[in-house]
Amino acid sequence: MNWRLLSTHAILLIGMVFMTLPVWVAFCTSTHAPETILRDGLQFWPGSNFAETYRQVLFVDGGVMKSVLGFDMLKNSLILGVGFAIGKVVISMLAAYAIVYFRFKLAVPLFWIIFMTLLLPLEVRIIPSYEVVSSLGLLDTHTGLIVPLIASATGTFFFRQFFRSVPDELLEAARLDGATPWRFFKDILVPLSKTMIAAILIIMFVVGWNQYLWPLIMTTKEENYTLVIGIKQIYQVLAEGGELPQYQKAFALTILATLPPVLVVLIFQSWFVKGLVESEK
Amino acid sequence: MANVELTNVRKTYPNGAEAVCGVDMQIEDGELIVFVGPSGCGKSTLLRMVAGLEKITSGDIKIDEQLINDVTPADRDVAMVFQNYALYPHMTVRGNMSYGLKNRGIDKASINKKVEEAAAMLRISDFLDRQPNQLSGGQRQRVAMGRAIVREPKVFLFDEPLSNLDAKLRVQMRIEIKRLQRKMKVTSVYVTHDQTEAMTLADRLAVINDGRVEQMGAPMELYNNPATLFVASFIGSPQINLLPVRFDGQHLISGDIKFIWDAKLPTDTDLMLGIRPDDLFQKDDGPLSLRVDLVEQHGADNLTYGGLLGADETDGHETEFCFKSGQDLLPDIDSQLNLGFDPTRALVFEKSSGDRLV
Repeated sequence: MNWRLLSTHAILLIGMVFMTLPVWVAFCTSTHAPETILRDGLQFWPGSNFAETYRQVLFVDGGVMKSVLGFDMLKNSLILGVGFAIGKVVISMLAAYAIVYFRFKLAVPLFWIIFMTLLLPLEVRIIPSYEVVSSLGLLDTHTGLIVPLIASATGTFFFRQFFRSVPDELLEAARLDGATPWRFFKDILVPLSKTMIAAILIIMFVVGWNQYLWPLIMTTKEENYTLVIGIKQIYQVLAEGGELPQYQKAFALTILATLPPVLVVLIFQSWFVKGLVESEK
Repeated sequence: MANVELTNVRKTYPNGAEAVCGVDMQIEDGELIVFVGPSGCGKSTLLRMVAGLEKITSGDIKIDEQLINDVTPADRDVAMVFQNYALYPHMTVRGNMSYGLKNRGIDKASINKKVEEAAAMLRISDFLDRQPNQLSGGQRQRVAMGRAIVREPKVFLFDEPLSNLDAKLRVQMRIEIKRLQRKMKVTSVYVTHDQTEAMTLADRLAVINDGRVEQMGAPMELYNNPATLFVASFIGSPQINLLPVRFDGQHLISGDIKFIWDAKLPTDTDLMLGIRPDDLFQKDDGPLSLRVDLVEQHGADNLTYGGLLGADETDGHETEFCFKSGQDLLPDIDSQLNLGFDPTRALVFEKSSGDRLV
């Protein structure tokens, strides 16, 4: 019995080390001076350069990129993540509301067409999307960055399933109570979907935060870079070389890019689990 | 305060199924009408058509002389209590009760006043700030009724409101609904499949079968004077006893059973003789003899069930009778019990059509 307890814990510990060690190494390395890293390679314990590196990355002009501050990239990433998540929730809730509650012709085939787009990754439509955004003059804007991404088959599907589980009598009671379609949505469906909305917001924030290809194509000016793009660019700079490679800054940027999604999930995890597990009373 | 009039109301589903086939009905102001019938008979559909939740295929529905066929549910000024209560789970009791008033743009002060009055009447004042999931079934039912009452509608509609409650609570709520309806004098339509509920609540009840009103009238009238075999067998608990018989001009005959019958009956068709369990009595030379299979003791009464000896079969099974007696009569199992009945209280139906003959 004891032996089993030990072995399960050992497996868990190994798994934990396997998952967290790279992050730990990245963090520790980011707190050392570039000379140390160049001489001794990756670092396993924190160094003394923490404040200096992160100050440089976040707030000093030219500290990480030619013209953009790490702080601005962080802001861009936040705007993308939040805008992406909210946009997806709003669009997919409205779409699911229409599909479930309004018996219009072709509702079912339309839903399956939306659903089928799950099979098509963004990459398939990236050229036409780029074409549309660029002819609208939205390149290098937040709108152009977010709007083409917010249609969501996954979200629509989740909300559709949820709305279908809401008893019909609620709609009927609301109709007798004189609720308009909009009021029913706002007063009844949205509050009922609270946990569902929270769960989808969290998932979508992380997905939006991690967007890579679309921002890479969309943004040409440095001041519009997101953190994820920043990481890619900084490694390119490192590879091209010239002066002493600033590995610690690259690692710092990586840590900064990982932090917000981790925080969001940590802080909202109870909501998140509730949203995925809870079936409506 | 309103009367409701249904004229040749029909509901046909797109697949051709007829749920309601031609109902005419006149509901008077302040009356409590109960629709009763087996499940799937179309009673709920009819109610939902009055509410406006179901489209009317043809016919007219009028509330207060005003045609409401195409009026939205909200504008019909009706309130409905649902079987599963359909309370808004995220709103407090107060929120649930005031939602309909809020949507009608009534000012806050009078909403509060109305809600508190209704809550006091239903004895739920202490729960106004709780959420539905913190309430028991009976309390939720009260809230659902409160939501209907505060609106002060012209017509109350109840769709099997008590079927989710346990037996004891059901009786309590039944009495309370009746009291409330008396007090408020609001025209009400109540749907149930439970004949006891129907009998006890109704001013008049409509027995519905296969989308048609079989008979409509006061509960006792339907009990004593059913127009069809269906009504006779649906109303009354325990159920009426039915014996397949034929008439030879003087006698009613079923297998070995034969007794004199005065009234005129057709001789060329199968008949059904209906005798209520409480119209039977013990009589040693009575025409019916029962093999006792089971005795249920209900306290004041005993119900004795068993096969009727010598009788013709009913639908391929032995004809079974139920006999209601006082608590002192406790026959042994498998013993034989001879029974008589009062022919003037017995009912005779034509078997094929179900029409009442006597």
